[in-house]
Amino acid sequence: MKMLNEAKELIQDNIRDYGMYIALFIIMLTFSVMTDGLFMSSRNISNLLDSAGYIAVLAVGVMLVIVIRHIDLSIGFLAGFLGAIAAILLMQAGLPVYLTIPTILILGTIIGLCTGFLVAQLGIPAFVATLAGMLIFRGALLLVTEKTGTIIVQNDAFNAIGNGYIPSIMQVNGLHLLSLLVGLMGIIFYVYSALSSRKNKIKYKFDVVSMEIFVLQLLFVSAIIAYITWILAGYNGFSWTVIVLLVIVSIYHFFTTKTVLGRHIYAVGSNPEAAHLSGINVKKITYLVFGSMGMLAAVSGILFTARLQSATTTAGTLFELDAIAAAYVGGVSSAGGVGKVTGAIVGAIVMASLINGMNLLGVGISYQYIIRGAVLVLAVIFDVTTRKRGK
Amino acid sequence: MAEYILEMEHITKEFPGVKALSNVNFKVEKGEIHCLIGENGAGKSTLMKVLSGVHPYGTYKGDIVFNGTVQQFNKINDSVNAGIAIIYQELALFPDLSVYENIYAGNEVKRAGVVDWNQTIVEAEKMLKKVNLKVNPESLIKDLGVGKQQLIEIAKALSKEVKLLILDEPTAALNEDDSENLLELLRALKKQGVTCIMISHKLKEVIAIADKATVLRDGETICTLDASKGEIVENVIIKNMVGREINDIYPKREKRAFGDKVLELKDWSAYDAQLGRQVAKNINIHVKKGEIVGLAGLMGSGRTELAQSIFGNPKNYKTQGDLAVNGLPIKFKHTSDAIKAGIAYVTEDRKGDGLFISQDIKNNISAANLKDVSSNGVINENIEIIGAEEYRKSLNIKASSLQQIVKDLSGGNQQKVSLGKWLFVSPTLLILDEPTRGIDVGAKFEIYTVMNKLIDQGLSIIMISSELGEILGMSDRLYVMGEGEIKGELLTKDADQEKIMQLATQ
Repeated sequence: MKMLNEAKELIQDNIRDYGMYIALFIIMLTFSVMTDGLFMSSRNISNLLDSAGYIAVLAVGVMLVIVIRHIDLSIGFLAGFLGAIAAILLMQAGLPVYLTIPTILILGTIIGLCTGFLVAQLGIPAFVATLAGMLIFRGALLLVTEKTGTIIVQNDAFNAIGNGYIPSIMQVNGLHLLSLLVGLMGIIFYVYSALSSRKNKIKYKFDVVSMEIFVLQLLFVSAIIAYITWILAGYNGFSWTVIVLLVIVSIYHFFTTKTVLGRHIYAVGSNPEAAHLSGINVKKITYLVFGSMGMLAAVSGILFTARLQSATTTAGTLFELDAIAAAYVGGVSSAGGVGKVTGAIVGAIVMASLINGMNLLGVGISYQYIIRGAVLVLAVIFDVTTRKRGK
Repeated sequence: MAEYILEMEHITKEFPGVKALSNVNFKVEKGEIHCLIGENGAGKSTLMKVLSGVHPYGTYKGDIVFNGTVQQFNKINDSVNAGIAIIYQELALFPDLSVYENIYAGNEVKRAGVVDWNQTIVEAEKMLKKVNLKVNPESLIKDLGVGKQQLIEIAKALSKEVKLLILDEPTAALNEDDSENLLELLRALKKQGVTCIMISHKLKEVIAIADKATVLRDGETICTLDASKGEIVENVIIKNMVGREINDIYPKREKRAFGDKVLELKDWSAYDAQLGRQVAKNINIHVKKGEIVGLAGLMGSGRTELAQSIFGNPKNYKTQGDLAVNGLPIKFKHTSDAIKAGIAYVTEDRKGDGLFISQDIKNNISAANLKDVSSNGVINENIEIIGAEEYRKSLNIKASSLQQIVKDLSGGNQQKVSLGKWLFVSPTLLILDEPTRGIDVGAKFEIYTVMNKLIDQGLSIIMISSELGEILGMSDRLYVMGEGEIKGELLTKDADQEKIMQLATQ
């Protein structure tokens, strides 16, 4: 009984953090029931995560941009443009994959820094600066694909990033062994970091949940990781897209929560004047965030081009809005200073699940847009009302 | 028996924890110029807000009788309709609109529901003539100087057939010519029968123009002086403005000899390009090791601007002159340079630009000194927590844990967090800007005690404060600022409230 009460209180206090997980759970459950389990099938989940990948990467970047109270509308066509450049480098310039990818990442970072220059140095509102960027990159994309039209990428190594899976080493009862190992490592890492953080918190007399609830949390999260691993291992295992996503999430999660620069980003977002008076270089942080945005747009472009195995003239259309929507569903606040990497990823998965589930059910595209819009509004209403209520 | 246009009787207004006005009586006769004077925080602005309906009827006790009837203003529009117009220190004009649009903003000249712009211009010209201002009504507000803008505010008030005009420090931002013009205009309006209340810190102006002057102190009416009886003279006013007993709320500290100069400014000036005026002029000051230097003055005298121009100049003023730290000349490009040189600046507005109020205590305390709790850019949370915990204890910050969000703390505890953040960088010179504003007596005492402890540890402090008691109680030496200049330097043992006030209101 005591445990139940504590669990209830915990959920009430952290409703904002848990909200989107609950929403994701409900969406997945609903679609599973409506599609007789097809939604949760190995193949579909694998497909869903791959299709969420290039938006999720952008969502992480734009989440940080929103945290420092700016916006970036150029990222969709920037991703499309950089994807096309990657295809050109590979197919027309004959550059090998291991040189193409770093080149594109560096190019993306430089373009991001240019946006940062407009916003931080010249003080142009980010909305306008990146709107201009959106038009420019759209034009640039058309320019480079004008002569050839769609550029087909015939490079297996590159295409594997969007379509391939990690090697299995060997199959165990028809399951993908390496994927199982990755999942196991994930669980061990999660349990270890949860334990050490709890130990530290107790040492410094921070509030911690009771032992029972803590064990329950550990079991719950571990079970989810195990379940997803099991589902994926039953098909082709972890795809390279998912691996890229996991790497980016880990790096950015660490960067935003554990480093000085990460702390400075949130400080600038929550009060730019106080940040400046605390000796934080607000301009530098703005450059940093837009630079990282450009780099992630490059990653997104690579993932998308590899997935389609080609660069098209319209690649990147509306990616920016999908990414911004995902970031808001993931709990970022436009007032600045609030937002999590994990939130942005979950937000992207929520939106991808909606599209995927509705496609399985054969919902018309017109209704799909309306429903996605409604979910976005609901997510923000939820966020605003729970924040007002706050402690 | 004189005829009163306004009688405010037994006005009491309380904010949570503070009594801003206590049984204030304030009467203004028809057709006079009545000045309202008092120190910062004496209750002048609150009284005017009660009158104008910013604090609606029912949130205060007492009666407002205007034009012979008891008024119940629920919103600002009610007082405007009754014929009361307030012109605030920060002008409420639209800089990108024209003069005539501004004069009739919210009071448009309409025909059949559509604005008649031609008629508006004709009417605006009449109003401009009334305030003796020769400008093209079609010119934009932002192209005019502050003095002219002030006159346009008055023209705007006159267009609404104002009976009682209230001016809140109208000459604070004006130069001498513009100030003289304004006073001349007030005299002319008086002849036309407009009653005027003027809040002012400049005693010379008060003496020059007032028929009556009411002095407020600590939310109470002290007296109403009458010019015709020869009561409006400098020493009488000052005596009534201050006159508070300095009680024993300032902890004593051991007197020690001071060390070398920690900070010295020579011919230091700062120019604010955005406002287009000099915020600090030819400042020559110094601070010695182990010394508390008070920086007294009234609001808007340039103390905060001076402090910020020293502290890495975040507002990008154009600065001139020499700055030396520990005897060595130095230039700061960014606040981080000033921090590196051992200077810390605790801001006046802790919620506005001091704290990250949506974050927890730990993150706030470490915010300016993450380099000391990290290696290779990665934060070591254990060291961070130990450091933050040390200041939570030594400053006696009352909170459930370091994880508590700063927004949920009381003002005094927020101020301590703000102080802790700056002590965490281990400065040698601490600039405190209004360190005890808006916090209760107990917390004040704690902050004074901390200041003394820091002096014992060899720090130096510049304390900016509008509270004369605090300046006299805590500092060793003090400078008085006014209009961006140093008006005088006093040793605290030779200073008293009258002397400071005299310098500040020069």
